[in-house]
Amino acid sequence: MNAADTGFVLVSAMLVMLMVPALALFYGGLVASRNVLSTTMHSFVLLGVGALLWPLVGYTLAFGPDMHGLIGGFEHLFLRGVGMEPAEGSSIPALAFMAFQCMFAALTPALISGAYAERIHFQAMLLFSTLWLLLVYCPMAHWVWGGGWLMKMGALDFAGGAVVHMSSGSAALAAAMVLGRRTTMGRRAGLPHNIPMTVLGAGLLWFGWFGFNAGSALAANGLAANALVTTHLSAGCAILGWLAVERWHTGHFTVLGAASGAVAGLVVITPAAGFVEPWAAVVMGLLGGAVCYGGIFLKSLFHYDDALDVVGIHGIGGVLGALLTGVFACSSVNGVDGLLYGNAHQFFVQVLSVIATVGFCFPVSFVLLRLTDRLVGLRVPLEKEVTGLDISEHSESGYQF
Amino acid sequence: MKKLQVILRLETVENVKEALSAIGIGGATLMEVRGFGRQRGHTEIYRSRKMEVDFRSKMMLEIVMEEEKVERAVAVILEHARTGAVGDGKIFILPVDDVIRIRTGESGKDAL
Repeated sequence: MNAADTGFVLVSAMLVMLMVPALALFYGGLVASRNVLSTTMHSFVLLGVGALLWPLVGYTLAFGPDMHGLIGGFEHLFLRGVGMEPAEGSSIPALAFMAFQCMFAALTPALISGAYAERIHFQAMLLFSTLWLLLVYCPMAHWVWGGGWLMKMGALDFAGGAVVHMSSGSAALAAAMVLGRRTTMGRRAGLPHNIPMTVLGAGLLWFGWFGFNAGSALAANGLAANALVTTHLSAGCAILGWLAVERWHTGHFTVLGAASGAVAGLVVITPAAGFVEPWAAVVMGLLGGAVCYGGIFLKSLFHYDDALDVVGIHGIGGVLGALLTGVFACSSVNGVDGLLYGNAHQFFVQVLSVIATVGFCFPVSFVLLRLTDRLVGLRVPLEKEVTGLDISEHSESGYQF
Repeated sequence: MKKLQVILRLETVENVKEALSAIGIGGATLMEVRGFGRQRGHTEIYRSRKMEVDFRSKMMLEIVMEEEKVERAVAVILEHARTGAVGDGKIFILPVDDVIRIRTGESGKDAL
């Protein structure tokens, strides 16, 4: 066991935990004031769902002994055999790794909530998130990190470009399609009610992301430092990339654009943080901000209401990050070369991982949403949507004026 | 008695209020209002979506006074609320039947 590694991973777990309330602020500011509490709850309550499901069964489905490359076995059900001693070949307690992963499992379904915001029943959201965590997230985590087939194939995903962002982005697209458009879409009643709150959320997400990406080195070492640096450079440069395109397109630099760009840059660097050099993170950030600005137009093009742009930022950013990891990966960082260093095979593997991730997550999410709709009803009636979910679903108001 | 409904720019309210106090106007009600007129609205942009904002924020001061004070009050408001640019606001003058002070039940001029 290594004390420095253990301490670093424990602190990283705490940082990732902070990303859940940070996401609640980020999304909460973007909705109308009558939905601020319900949107906050969509993230916050998943800390509870994750804390219950992950130790019970989620962890073993993702990280239990590999079964045919598809899913983990039940060896670690109820955390059996996950204790204070390190697992074989690890320098940190098995519990520390479990806790770190537990935070990812809470955050990922919360990301989807940006797509179904302002019109979903709370109990439907709980049921869907539970099903999704077990049937989409756990298999994905196993495929990429737990010894599953994507890992064996050599797909690179340092901290969750596929497992976290492409998966939630695919589910978000399914949610927007199944739920339909908000009645307030495109109207003044549907505008963000508190952008300073969103910017604060983006800042806290950025801070937590250091734990997410650097912590994924699972050791206090040079690789963690590389991941922290690439993460920061990409996020910062993506602000500039987004603002540049926005200025060209609309003539203005918006604050919401800066916050959105930062998150896009964080998404894009997530799979690459421990595989690329810092200079590549600058390029990935600039590109990520610019491309995700384009990503937000997809919903107008295809007429679906991805309320808070989960598809445009996490979906498109996740795909871009996975592909660029296959371009910029450099063996001097973590032993694998990408296209730029003559390894076209790696790029091909990355393309395959994108197709596999979206091809699995989108249809399964779609079916789970339909199933949830059949069981408890997904969408609130028009009258409740107009009143706002804070009052109609939670019997509370976010603000008393 | 008359009621003045005065639409004002946000930034002129304080000066107008002080000037009215100085000529013996002892009470008024202030409201935050939104409206449109000759002054154009503005455009807001949220993630590239443009939203025209037609109703602008203004303040509305409601003052009830004796008829003989109206001319003076209007002059004071014109002096302190005018910037010369479009959007300075308007004054509406309406008749008032009666006024009653709730605490004492007094009515008419005594209740002002």
